[in-house]
This record gives sequence, structure tokens and C-alpha cells, in this order.
Amino acid sequence: MELLGNLGLGLSTALSPENLLFCLIGVVLGTAVGVLPGIGPTATIAMLLPVTFTLEPVTALIMLAGIYYGAQYGGSTTAILINLPGESSAAVTAIDGHEMARNGRAGPALATAAIGSFVAGTFATIVIVLFAPPLARIALTFGSAEFFSLVVLGLIASVALARGSTVKALAMIVLGLLFGTIGQDIYTGTPRFTFGVRELFEGVNFVSVAVGMFGIAEILRNLEDERTRKLVSKAISGLWPTREDFRRIAAPIARGTLLGSALGILPGAGHVLASFGAYSIEKRLSKRKEEFGHGAIEAVASPEAANNAAAQTSFIPLLTLGLPPHPVMALMLGAFIIHGITPGPNVINDEPALFWGLVVSMWVGNLFLVLLNLPLIGIWVRMLMIPYRILFPAIIVFAAIGTFSLGLNAWHVFAIAFFGLLGYALIKLGCEPAPLLLGFVLGPLLEDHLRRALIISRGDLSIFVTRPISAVLLAMAVGAILIAVLPAIRRRREVVFKEEVD
Amino acid sequence: MPEVRRALKDLLAGGIFVALGLAFALGSLDYEIGSPLRMGPGYVPLVLGLLLAGLGVLVIGKGFIAGEGEPIGEVDWRAVILITAALLFFGLTVRGLGVIGALFGAALLAALARSATSALEAVVIAAGLTLLSVVIFIVALQLRLPLIGTWIPV
Repeated sequence: MELLGNLGLGLSTALSPENLLFCLIGVVLGTAVGVLPGIGPTATIAMLLPVTFTLEPVTALIMLAGIYYGAQYGGSTTAILINLPGESSAAVTAIDGHEMARNGRAGPALATAAIGSFVAGTFATIVIVLFAPPLARIALTFGSAEFFSLVVLGLIASVALARGSTVKALAMIVLGLLFGTIGQDIYTGTPRFTFGVRELFEGVNFVSVAVGMFGIAEILRNLEDERTRKLVSKAISGLWPTREDFRRIAAPIARGTLLGSALGILPGAGHVLASFGAYSIEKRLSKRKEEFGHGAIEAVASPEAANNAAAQTSFIPLLTLGLPPHPVMALMLGAFIIHGITPGPNVINDEPALFWGLVVSMWVGNLFLVLLNLPLIGIWVRMLMIPYRILFPAIIVFAAIGTFSLGLNAWHVFAIAFFGLLGYALIKLGCEPAPLLLGFVLGPLLEDHLRRALIISRGDLSIFVTRPISAVLLAMAVGAILIAVLPAIRRRREVVFKEEVD
Repeated sequence: MPEVRRALKDLLAGGIFVALGLAFALGSLDYEIGSPLRMGPGYVPLVLGLLLAGLGVLVIGKGFIAGEGEPIGEVDWRAVILITAALLFFGLTVRGLGVIGALFGAALLAALARSATSALEAVVIAAGLTLLSVVIFIVALQLRLPLIGTWIPV
């Protein structure tokens, strides 16, 4: 019954006119920017973050969450209409979704994505309601040693589950941790690596890092070879799926939702894994395997559901452990901190209205998505047609003025340029930017817990292995590294990521 | 030197990691290191810097053993330089020229980063984006930024 009371509190928070309005604005804004080709959810959220900073904490976080699933949904729209997925999880949707669009069935493909997302979003919200409180109760017993080990596990697992070179990804994490040490030391107040620049005392802003690594670096890559974008806009008539379509997508949506809800909690590319996995499962179960790759509606329904369920449940580790499983959640963590709230097990008890309001608003936001996006599809198509020669300078000036406005600090803008160049170079050399951002955001947390744990243990490093929970977490981290490095498992992992795309 | 070509990507990536790792480690020596019990501000950066340099060496080593061998590909230097210049220009002039001047200059530099965009087109794009940004950030979001900066006598 406690649950009903909590949900009531959440409903009254989420349904207040102001929060409802900003949830709506967030969803629409997120979709609008997410639709723009070449901007993934991470860059979208980083660019729109400054817009939310003047709001009340609850309202700001509700709006940000709205931007997040709006951007997610907008990415699928782009994937279906022009076969240019904004991020890897939408790549699966693009395979059959774009084929459907070319066959004149863009409408049903978009509607399927919307319906699948809504069902998945609803179920995943229930998962959060049921699982977040008990997990937070466990985490409340954690001390600094446990949190240190947990952050180590989170960082390493995010590497093990991602694709690409493991050593490079580990190096990117450490590099991110190092950039996170820039600024005043929390214990002594000594400014570190600031070269005497006062503006750097508060550290490098995470928005600058995210916009640089995910926004600017991406623009530089796009300008190398301007891809010709072929928009399929002629045949967006007959939006609604047929009765036969509905019959075909029901079970795939259910399977995708379950898979996504489970995998979303994992650190790293849980949602990518979920959408790829969902595609494989549907292909295996289908009696019409030959249709896959040529516009099978199941291949849109299931990965979209999986993707969105995972996007939603990835809030669980953030809200209960303070551990962001992927870059977007790392940005959410930064947003929480800017509003004076440290994500973690205390949020549920200390800020119940915020926690439950945010959770309920996720469902409300998903409802907005499904109600709004289908009627507004004409506007999204028009946004898609904005030429890149206008789009990329717009991203750059919006990023500059938005980041400058954070603290009226020009160094935030210089940092965008620095991280854009560094990100571009490293991406060209085969390094993924996501681990760097995770390391950057978690760096101060990791150092704080390390130093606190060692003060408690009087400098004895064995505290991390003698405390049982901490020891188990570290053992899991070692296991994650082994999984990533061992050749046999590694090959299978490559298969999971590659098989369906080729 | 076929080995070097095959390992080039890893060689450069590893080189960046080693250089940055050592830079952080050396820099941290300026601060108090302390002991595990009483860590000074330099302790964590020193350990992490050395760890990064070590990982960089591993990346280089791996490159020689099993380099990916894919070419790095072309770099569009015009875009790299002009986009960096656009951001620096904005940061350096936003107070002096004010928002309008800084936005216009940054947008112009950015628009020119794409070589196929003509100068006239870039001016039109920059003017449009300046107007749009002022409407969004100053009018709609009410950011308190001076439209005209201190360098310009009114």
C-alpha cells in the first residue's frame, strides 16, 4: 500500500500543470532535435541541458527525461525515413524500417515504432516502480568501499559490453577520470591542472565534454564525406498499421519489451545489445525469415520496443546507485548534481516527490510521444529536410551560446573546441568516446569514495577485498575484463554486434 | 615498413595516451602526493596518469602484434581549423563584441568550414542563425547577455 501512496505522490507531482507543460515541451523539443540527422541523443541532451537549468529541479529533470525519450524516438524516425540512424541502437530499426519506407509503408513503420515504444515505456516504468526501491534499500547499506568498487565495476562493465578494442576503451576511461580531476581538490582546495586559470577552478564542465566529444567531433566526421541523404517522404500516407500488422507486431513488441527491460539495467551498451538481440530473436522465431532485411514489420516492432524499454530501465542504476550506465545517464547525473541532488539510494527517501514524480512523468512522456508524434510527422519530415550546410553551423553556435550561458564562462566554450578536436582525433584512431564521458563524470565520485574508504581503514588498501560486498563487486569487475579480453568470448561478442548488420 | 603502416592507428592512439598520461603524472608531482591514508591532491592523478601511460604502451604493443590496418582516412583540415576558430572566436569576443557580433562571427566561420558553401551563402546563413539564436536565447529564454559588448562605443 506504500506503493500506492508513492504513486499518488508521483501522479500529483507529474500532473501539476507546470510539470506537465515542461514534460510536453521536453518531448517535443527532444524529438525535433533528435530527428535532425547526425545528432544522437547524447549530443541532443548536452545541447538542450542549458535550457533546463533555470527551472525547479523536479521540473528540469522531468523535462530532461522527456528530451531523452523524445530524442530516442526522433532517432528512430530518422532511421526509418532516411536510413541515417543517430546512434547505434537505432541502426537495427533502420534495416527493415527503411525498407518499409521504400516500399511505401513509412506510415505503418513509424506507427509501429511509436506503439512499440509506448508499450515498452509503460512496462519499463512499472519495472522501475517495482525494482528501484528494494535496490536502493540494499545500496543504503553501502559504505565508501562498496561505492568505490561499484563505480569500478560500472566503468569496466561498460567497456566489456561495448564494441571495439577493450584496451583502448579502458584507456579512454582513465583519460576521462584524469580530465575529471581538473579543478579544485575537494579535500584541500588545491587547484589542480588549472594553469592558474581561475575559470577552471570549478573544473571542466561536463556539458562541454559531451558537446565536444559527441557533437563537434561528429560534425567534423560528417564534413569529411558529405553523405547524400535520400529522404523517403513521398509515401507517408496511410499512417495506421493494418489489422494484419497489429497481429504480427503484438508478440514481437512483448518480447522486445522484456528483453530491453532486463538488458537496460546493464552498464554500457545495454540498449544497443537489446535492440540487436531483439532483432536476432525475431528473425530466429519468424516463419518469414526471407522478409527480414526487406521490410519485415516485426523487425521494427521488437527492436524499437527493446530499445525504448532499455532506455527507460537504464534510469534504475542511476536513481538507486548513482551509477550512470551510459553517456546519456552520465549527463542526467550531471544535471542532478547541478540542481544540488546527488543521485543514489538517498534520493527515494530524501526527495520522494522528485523520484516518484520523475518516474510517473516517464509514462506521461511516453503517452505524449504516441499522441503527438504521429499527427506531427509532417513537421518532423520538414525538419529532416534542413540542409546540412545550415544545420552544422547552427549546432556550433547553439552549443557555444548554450554552454557559455551555464556560468557566463568563456572557458566552457574553449573546452568544447578542445574536446571536439581530441574526440575527433581519438574516434579516427578507433577509440569510442562514450567511456571517456563516463569516466569524466564518475571521476570525482571515484576519488572521493577512494579517499574516504582509505581514511576509514587507516590507509589499509585491503578494505576493498575484506568487505564482502566490495570484494564481490571487484571480482565481478575482474570477470568483466576477462570476458572482454578472452578470445573465445570476444569473438562471440563481435558476432552479436555484427551478424545482423552485414 | 608494412608493420608500421598496419599499426599506425594504434601507434598514434597509444602515443596520445602515453603523452597525456605522462603529462598528468608529471603535473601531479607539483602537488602534495601524500600516502594512502592521507592522500594529497596529487595522489590520484599520479596513479591514473601512470596507468594511462601503461595502457597506452599496451595499445601500441597490440598495434604491432594485431594492428587493425585500416587507413585513418582523410582529414578535412579546413573544417577542423574553421570550426575550432568559430568556437574560440565566440569565447574570446562574446563579452567584447557582445552576443550579436560573437554569434555572427562564429556562425560565419563555422558555415565556411564546408568548402562547398559560398561566401555569400555563408553570410546569409550566419545572419539567419544570429537572429534565430537571439530570439531563442535572449528573447525566449531570457538569458542576461549583452547584445552589444564593451568594445563597441554606443
